[in-house]
Amino acid sequence: MAEKKHTLSVLVENTPGALARIAGLFSGRGFNIDSLCVAETLDPTLSHLTLVTRGDELIIEQIIKQLRRLIDVYKVVDVTEEEEFVEREMALIKVRAEKETRAEVLRMCDIFRCKVVDVSPRTYTIEVTGPQSKLQAVIELLKPIGIKEIVRTGLIAMKREKKSV
Amino acid sequence: MTGAQMIVEALKREGVEVIFGYPGGAVIDIYDELYKTPEIKHVLVRHEQGAAHAADGYARSTGKVGVCLVTSGPGATNTVTGIATAYMDSIPVVILTGQVPTKLIGNDAFQEVDITGITRPCTKHNFLVKRTEDLPWVLKAAFHIARTGRPGPVLVDLPKDVQQGKAEFHWPEEIRLRSYQPVYDPHPRQVERAYRLLESSTRPVVLVGGGVIASGAHEELLELAERLHLPVTMTLMGLGGFPGTHPQSLGMLGMHGTYYANMAVANSDLILAVGARFDDRVTGKVDAFAPMAKIIHIDIDPTSIQKNVRVDVPIVGDCKRALEKLLQIVKEVGRPEKIWREQFKDWWEQIEIWKKRYPLTYKQDTEYIKPQFVIEKLYELTRGEAIVATEVGQNQMWTAQYYKFDRPRTLITSGGLGTMGFGFPAAIGAQMGNPGKLVIDVAGDGSIQMNIQEMATAMEQGLPIKVIILNNGYLGMVRQWQELFYERRYSAVKFQVLPDFVKLAEAYGALGLRATRPEEVEPVLKQALESDRLTLVDIHIAPEEGVFPMVPAGRATTEMILV
Ligand SMILES: Cc1ncc(C[n+]2csc(CCOP(=O)(O)OP(=O)(O)O)c2C)c(N)n1
Ligand SMILES: [Mg+2]
Repeated sequence: MAEKKHTLSVLVENTPGALARIAGLFSGRGFNIDSLCVAETLDPTLSHLTLVTRGDELIIEQIIKQLRRLIDVYKVVDVTEEEEFVEREMALIKVRAEKETRAEVLRMCDIFRCKVVDVSPRTYTIEVTGPQSKLQAVIELLKPIGIKEIVRTGLIAMKREKKSV
Repeated sequence: MTGAQMIVEALKREGVEVIFGYPGGAVIDIYDELYKTPEIKHVLVRHEQGAAHAADGYARSTGKVGVCLVTSGPGATNTVTGIATAYMDSIPVVILTGQVPTKLIGNDAFQEVDITGITRPCTKHNFLVKRTEDLPWVLKAAFHIARTGRPGPVLVDLPKDVQQGKAEFHWPEEIRLRSYQPVYDPHPRQVERAYRLLESSTRPVVLVGGGVIASGAHEELLELAERLHLPVTMTLMGLGGFPGTHPQSLGMLGMHGTYYANMAVANSDLILAVGARFDDRVTGKVDAFAPMAKIIHIDIDPTSIQKNVRVDVPIVGDCKRALEKLLQIVKEVGRPEKIWREQFKDWWEQIEIWKKRYPLTYKQDTEYIKPQFVIEKLYELTRGEAIVATEVGQNQMWTAQYYKFDRPRTLITSGGLGTMGFGFPAAIGAQMGNPGKLVIDVAGDGSIQMNIQEMATAMEQGLPIKVIILNNGYLGMVRQWQELFYERRYSAVKFQVLPDFVKLAEAYGALGLRATRPEEVEPVLKQALESDRLTLVDIHIAPEEGVFPMVPAGRATTEMILV
């Protein structure tokens, strides 16, 4: 069976052990985590977690069931299985910006609608937001110029509301 | 009320009759309350591992939640093997551990360990209580989680200042956890599909696991099997879920299962698995497992389904309710029993051929005592009515094969974790929970030494447990693997020194007996069974006897090594 990337949206009780339990589940059972993003929801007693993982159908089924089995896990949705969803990630990229390349970096920011959030004599720090494909494209284009450091948030995702009435 | 008072009050409200424990600085306040609470019996063990196993044996034999109380640090870590043992076999146990005061947590304080961290992967759930007022709710939740759904151990870590703090006691009569809602009722459509598969099958087998015992589904199972005339096989954990002496019983399957159980499963066209999880000791090489069979899988835990084998009809729910539903359909459709019998007639003929070809058997000896003979005798003399705990290794497998467990909760054995040293303390728990009953621990000379200190506990409580040591002078099961798969290189399996078990028994004030020749077995066992106190029987068995049949690890279950 083919391995596929899945984005899971998980609601968990906002208790001290909950995140450790989820992380432990993945390491203990040998599942992959590509990225993990956690924050409070509107209801402060629940946290929302977006988790990107890989595996064939049976493994993903196990991962979802194992997550649901945890006492603290309230809800698990495989966003990838939804017809339409929005995925976003943000990256901060510190890129070398010497005299000869400064203009080019700015031009690229313009094209990709990135923001320059910090400037030093020899670097720009750029904020990029978008689907992972866009982040990947920006990173690839900036690499030849020289990326000094990069920090990514990991993916967050949300199901789209139905458009028809 | 103080926190300690609240803890004891909560235990009373949960109907706890007995606690197995060991005191220390971090639980001294709780012990002070227990001192004033004669309605809760406290059993002082000699090692915290013993307390955890005893609480587990109490739970397995009674169906109630077992409770264990220990201090922080080493007291807590000593229970970990016991917790993992209960976890692997889905046994409801609540473990209360003391903890250093909240303000010292994280400071590497004296006798501090992160026990909730340590036990996270081997508990169903655990709690660290930070405020005294949370105690009633947390304890209620702990018992609720331990006994509902797929049962399991729940640990509650209790910092000393939480025990000493004061708050009002509000006991929640009902508890609802939004994130924990086990599904009990099976999906009716799935059960109908299961029925239709049964109707169209010609070579069915029922595979009984520990879930049948946990959910108390043995009566429904018996009714279904008899009505449809289905062959039934059990996992180690399922023994007792269906009567071992029943003509439709094929005995245990798997690595040390009967030839006919493994052949029947391998050649079946339909497996009805009830509360079993298709562990590797049951399936052997998964790709070769029951290649022609469709599988119906009833289990309360969705993760058990589709984990190891592909399943055609998954039924998530309580085994008892699912079988009730299935029986209801059987009755509604009202197919005469004669037709069912007719349908499986050829299949039963084939099974009878397998049974005749390789029955469960061993070679009797005039010189050496055969362990199988000892278990057979034990079965005969107790009329199959004892609660039998086992240790782990060959002793465990011989017991599983030759003691025909007819009723649920009569075999107390560590299946999933295979914990040596489990049997004896578990027998203590079982005897505490079943004061009038005969409780036996079938032991190995290796395993019994892992928790031998609990002899003192059993003596102190006046428990007339019978420990039958099948003494082969070896870590027998490991020796058997070395004999079969490592060209007899017996590395670290022979004890150069063994205690004199008879004298050891006497040193604890118990009765010690010994048998070294076959003709001594019956009189010695009789004497032990007649004794009204703790009795240890040292039976010197044929040192290199093996457990057969045996499916080598990782091979197809049809590739059995027979006697
Ligand atoms: C705590 C623990 N340590 C090691 C093992 C590995 N092991 C499995 S069976 C066995 C031998 C048990 O010897 P004994 O209790 O004498 O039983 P026998 O097999 O001889 O009947 C060992 C060492 C285990 N199951 N549990
Ligand atoms: Mg031995």
